[in-house]
Amino acid sequence: MIATGQPVSRSHRLRRRLRHGDVPFRLLAATFAFVVVALLVAIVGVAWDGSAAAREAFGLGFLTRTAWNPVAGEFGALPAIYGTIVSSAIALLLAAPPGIMIGIFLSDLSPARLRGPLSLMVELLAAIPSVVYGMWGIFVFIPFFRGAIAEPVSRALGDTVPFLAGPVTVGRGLLVAGIILAIMILPTIAAVSRDVLSVVPTHQREALLALGATRWEVIRHALLPYARAGIVGGMMLGLGRALGETMAATMVIGNTPRIDPSLFQPATTAASLIASQLPTTNTELHSSALVYLALVLFLITLLANSIARLLVWRVAGAAGGRR
Amino acid sequence: MFDTVANAASVRYRRRVWVNRLMLGLTIGSTAVALVPLVLILSYVVRQGVGALSVGFFTETFRPVTIGVAGGAGGVLHAIVGSALIVGAALLLATPLGVLAGIYLAEYRSGPAATVIRFCTDVLSAMPSIVVGVTAYVLIVQRTRQFSGLAGSIALAVLMVPVITRTTEEILQLVPQSVREAAAALGAPRWWTTLTVVLPAALGGIATGVLLAMARAAGETAPLLVTVLGNNQLTFDIFGPMQALPLLAYRYTEQPFAVLNEQAWGAALILVVLVLGTNILVRALTRRRAG
Repeated sequence: MIATGQPVSRSHRLRRRLRHGDVPFRLLAATFAFVVVALLVAIVGVAWDGSAAAREAFGLGFLTRTAWNPVAGEFGALPAIYGTIVSSAIALLLAAPPGIMIGIFLSDLSPARLRGPLSLMVELLAAIPSVVYGMWGIFVFIPFFRGAIAEPVSRALGDTVPFLAGPVTVGRGLLVAGIILAIMILPTIAAVSRDVLSVVPTHQREALLALGATRWEVIRHALLPYARAGIVGGMMLGLGRALGETMAATMVIGNTPRIDPSLFQPATTAASLIASQLPTTNTELHSSALVYLALVLFLITLLANSIARLLVWRVAGAAGGRR
Repeated sequence: MFDTVANAASVRYRRRVWVNRLMLGLTIGSTAVALVPLVLILSYVVRQGVGALSVGFFTETFRPVTIGVAGGAGGVLHAIVGSALIVGAALLLATPLGVLAGIYLAEYRSGPAATVIRFCTDVLSAMPSIVVGVTAYVLIVQRTRQFSGLAGSIALAVLMVPVITRTTEEILQLVPQSVREAAAALGAPRWWTTLTVVLPAALGGIATGVLLAMARAAGETAPLLVTVLGNNQLTFDIFGPMQALPLLAYRYTEQPFAVLNEQAWGAALILVVLVLGTNILVRALTRRRAG
């Protein structure tokens, strides 16, 4: 408090003036923070608005229609949804077991000296731009896969198992996309598994060791049950990444909006259909249908991610409020 | 009798030991297998990309290729310039927004507003990049009837904001509460403390977050595909179609010309060096500060 009438020093005056900055600064920060909220609302709003023509034309039937013919003005999302879900499911099936194993190794078994470098390398795998995965898929993996696996397998089993039916033509297809996506989501699953396993309290491990359990039995009966929800959450996060992944899928899946039972045949995903067709649309209905598809894709990934966050938080929360 | 019990026990024990060995072996094997694609992809990118690198690669732009004619290779200068401008503009848009939102979350963290904002950041960071691209397409490209670098910048900025916000919030929380209390005890108002005491202490961490977000954005292709489109000419006009490195890598890969394929790998090499270099650099810097 400065009594009036007395000489006021410069620093006092400065301090008094500064004090009034609190409210404006808080408002400024709050405004910017709410811009983040506004961004999300705007994205959903714009996608809703931009898909108006397609929503009026097809309604919810869009989700179950199978025809995708821009020339005839026929648009159905089912082939894209099918391709998205099947390629992501393959990726998850392939990436989850090794991803969890890597998480176990990094959290509990790795020598301390190796833990840092190995974690870094796994994370670098996540940092490689997806277009590079796509290029590697086209130039290296597909030629190898077609010759070494797709052709012999479809010749041997194609007649009896419709999933593996030939003929293998270009080599691009659902299975290849699933494998490339698996490599891309492996780091996500490994990193989340490592994180949730390393917050399991030490006494859980010690209790089982005291009972004479082997190291694997400790992992199997103490760590995994404790961290199960978090590991499933990590898998869902990986799934979310696979569902929305665009470039790698676009480059290796073949971009054919068609449902074929064989995993060796070209297909499409929602993201790759949008990426390959949106820049060259001619009709309003076509672009509107692609925006509608983007809206559907957003809702699917939102669902996967919401479940994931919930599960990861539950484990981390139980371990003492860490996120 | 006693013998058989002991036998059964020892059989069971041996089985447990073998299961233990097998499963531990599997964890090591999985880790090794995960490194195989990393090594394969990186070595292939380097092998193919180094061949494309030359002075002309960095100083020339696209040169038309005709089948059967051995023409000059040209370069990717237009894509480097485009990437720099697009990512730079995205950085200018996203940094103030992300940092201030992060400050709000860290310094005024109580209340339902912060929870809502945090939830929205999470949703935004998990949003597929193509969806963000589509939004920028509808909002800007369709309205202005013009593909533009700026539309791409805005899409990339939206992808960068949640990363920057999250890092800023986490780093600011690491600044000890006692520092804030000390400043308050000296009579500094809260906002002054935030700006002149807390923020400088966290500046390095925030900078690394921004750097990581930038590296991630530089490799993004999908949103650029539907907003920036691509351009074979060198242009500094951010209001028109531009070229960018990841976009060029994608387009040239789909071309039937070996020269362009090779340049695609050159562009991929630049991207990989940029992204992995940033990641390793950030790692080294944060380790030094922590240690």
